[in-house]
Amino acid sequence: MFADFDFQVIVEAAPILWRGMLITLLLTAVAIVGGILFGTVLALMRLSRFMVLSVFSGRYVDAFRSTPLILVIFWFYFAVPYVVGRPIGDLYSVLIAFTLFEAAYYCEIIRAGIQSIRQPQVHAGLALGLSQWQTTRSIVLPQAFRNMVPVILTQAIVLFQDTSLVYVVGLKDFLTAADLVATRDNRVLELYLTAAVVYFVLCFISSMWVKRLRRQYAL
Amino acid sequence: MEMKYNWDWSVLLCRLPEDDPTGTSETTFGGTTATAGGAAQTFDTGADCAQPYLDWIVSGLGWTVVVACCAWVITISLGSVIGVSRTVNQPMVRAIATTYVEIFRNIPLLVQMFIWFFVVPELLPEDAGRWVKRELPLPEYWTAIVCLGMYHASRTAEQVRAGIESIPLGQTHAGLATGLTRVQVYRYILLPVSYRIIIPPLTSDFMGIFKNSSVALTIGVMELTAQSRQIAEYTFNIFEAFTVATVLYMMVTLIVVTVMRVVEAKVRIPGTIAMGGG
Amino acid sequence: MIEVENVSKWFGDFQVLDDCSTQVDKGQVVVVCGPSGSGKSTLVKCVNGLEPFQEGIITVNGVSVGAEDTNLPKLRSQIGMVFQNFELFPHMTVLENICLSQMKVLKREKDEAEERGMKLLDRVDLIDQAAKHPAHLSGGQAQRVAIARALAMDPIAMLFDEPTSALDPEMINEVLDVMVTLAQEGMTMMVITHEMGFAKQVADRVVFMDEGRIEDDAGKDEFFGEPRGGRARLFLSKILTH
Repeated sequence: MFADFDFQVIVEAAPILWRGMLITLLLTAVAIVGGILFGTVLALMRLSRFMVLSVFSGRYVDAFRSTPLILVIFWFYFAVPYVVGRPIGDLYSVLIAFTLFEAAYYCEIIRAGIQSIRQPQVHAGLALGLSQWQTTRSIVLPQAFRNMVPVILTQAIVLFQDTSLVYVVGLKDFLTAADLVATRDNRVLELYLTAAVVYFVLCFISSMWVKRLRRQYAL
Repeated sequence: MEMKYNWDWSVLLCRLPEDDPTGTSETTFGGTTATAGGAAQTFDTGADCAQPYLDWIVSGLGWTVVVACCAWVITISLGSVIGVSRTVNQPMVRAIATTYVEIFRNIPLLVQMFIWFFVVPELLPEDAGRWVKRELPLPEYWTAIVCLGMYHASRTAEQVRAGIESIPLGQTHAGLATGLTRVQVYRYILLPVSYRIIIPPLTSDFMGIFKNSSVALTIGVMELTAQSRQIAEYTFNIFEAFTVATVLYMMVTLIVVTVMRVVEAKVRIPGTIAMGGG
Repeated sequence: MIEVENVSKWFGDFQVLDDCSTQVDKGQVVVVCGPSGSGKSTLVKCVNGLEPFQEGIITVNGVSVGAEDTNLPKLRSQIGMVFQNFELFPHMTVLENICLSQMKVLKREKDEAEERGMKLLDRVDLIDQAAKHPAHLSGGQAQRVAIARALAMDPIAMLFDEPTSALDPEMINEVLDVMVTLAQEGMTMMVITHEMGFAKQVADRVVFMDEGRIEDDAGKDEFFGEPRGGRARLFLSKILTH
């Protein structure tokens, strides 16, 4: 089987795969930025003194975390057009699905980061005469951020892999592009293995980088 | 936002006429106490009732649970072996285990699913390949179980390793000092303690397998998500179909989390706290 | 009983033991002291093979610890060891802690192991704690259980690695008392400790270590009697005034 491994197929497919990779990267970037922004809002709601906000955020996070991503993708792909009243296209529905889904995970990361700062640290700040806000800004958040960054980046790598699931609604990301060529040219082995290698190299390098970062900024 | 959508839960409750000759349905489902009554059992109400949708859901849930549980057995055994291998002294064993973890962790599950299903049978020796392709019953289900199990084993291995490494070296020394062998130290001290510590992350790993079993629909496994999409496509009652699936996933999650909390409390080492879940 | 000859050990480039030689004869109690980082704990762990060493020879009861073909588990089962942080196994009860190796290494029956365990618990005055988990013991109690666990293997020698330095002051004596009794009964012991009262009471010799070397190795009376030179004196003056 490997004897007739045809590199030419891969070379010819490169432009299609590259366009797919751009979609994958776009999806990853939007979901990271959107997920962190909305996730921060959710985390602050979760930690807020207002029961309504806290409960809403908790339910939101529980709901998304117990539902498979594929089902969430289906939800938005099929249901959003009804809500909006018109078709919005597969790209937008998937972008919304990923952002809302990832927000639930980022919310938990950010909340854990903030809660990882021990109470005595806050007391120490207050004892020095800093105000509540000054303590939060100059003592709690910088430490929380350092604790969070590696986890946020690790989650980003998971997210990058998860974007391949848009295959189920036919959005032409990297994997779907590889799959299209694989079926078109009947070159399953070459294309799937290429996809695996590309994902592996990107994720492996990123995770090594995150690991180094973690060591560098270890508290 | 105003939306134009006609909810109709009765679609999910209908029965095929042959299945339900009396013309009544006793089914109540998910809190919506709707008698399927006149709404449903005849073909002339349209496509809505053409299929036993409730049975599809039940069968989908069944397969989700079966696939997830079988995969979990692979995950926990393989993950333990690999996690332990990453903590032993032999550099060769450690290197193999690390390679496994890095490969299976850094390739998306869906890609692995395709490779197991479409590529691996081609790479097997001719006889084995033919057997997998022609004679193995339900090949997509077996593939999904193996793929999910091996994918998640890389994550569980990391939990097991972290659990073992969190135990102070003095414990190993104390075990060895009384004459236990390395294997006995793992068997009687390191593993019993670390499994207890890592119950929360193991629980979320299991939930991960359970949710990721939906990826198996890409190779034709008719699990819960696949069935709900199929119903959505047949009936256009997408909200009902996906709501049922979502609620079922949430219920299973709730049950598993509750059970694991009980287990955790039962086996907790007095005077200790468990590692936070991830 | 325990012979240490010209032992050297490196952690990477860092030399932790530098040409150490000493011995513990049958029935002797040797106290090892020295500042932290002097290598005393490493030396003791070399004696039962918990730490490998690159040069020199250690023999216990005629068996070479560093040799390739030595059955280390068997050798270790004959040498009891007590650790600074007790190292009781947290998931087992006190009695299970004492029985584990009796059953798994010495292949004793459960009944026999438990009987022996209860006898030893009685000896360290903890018979009523048998069913508790280690987390529910005080430090002093835990360390006495650890001693009982080591004794359950019927060791020919005992190693103590700072057995009282993790304890609250009021618990130190309950552990030292057990150790003194043990010494008086003729147990061969190698004890890392800064408790010079213990040394004065039962030690035959005192070994002083500094920066990986054995700087002083003398009989008890000699060690405490005449003024010692250099580092040993400075060290003694510091710990004795505390």
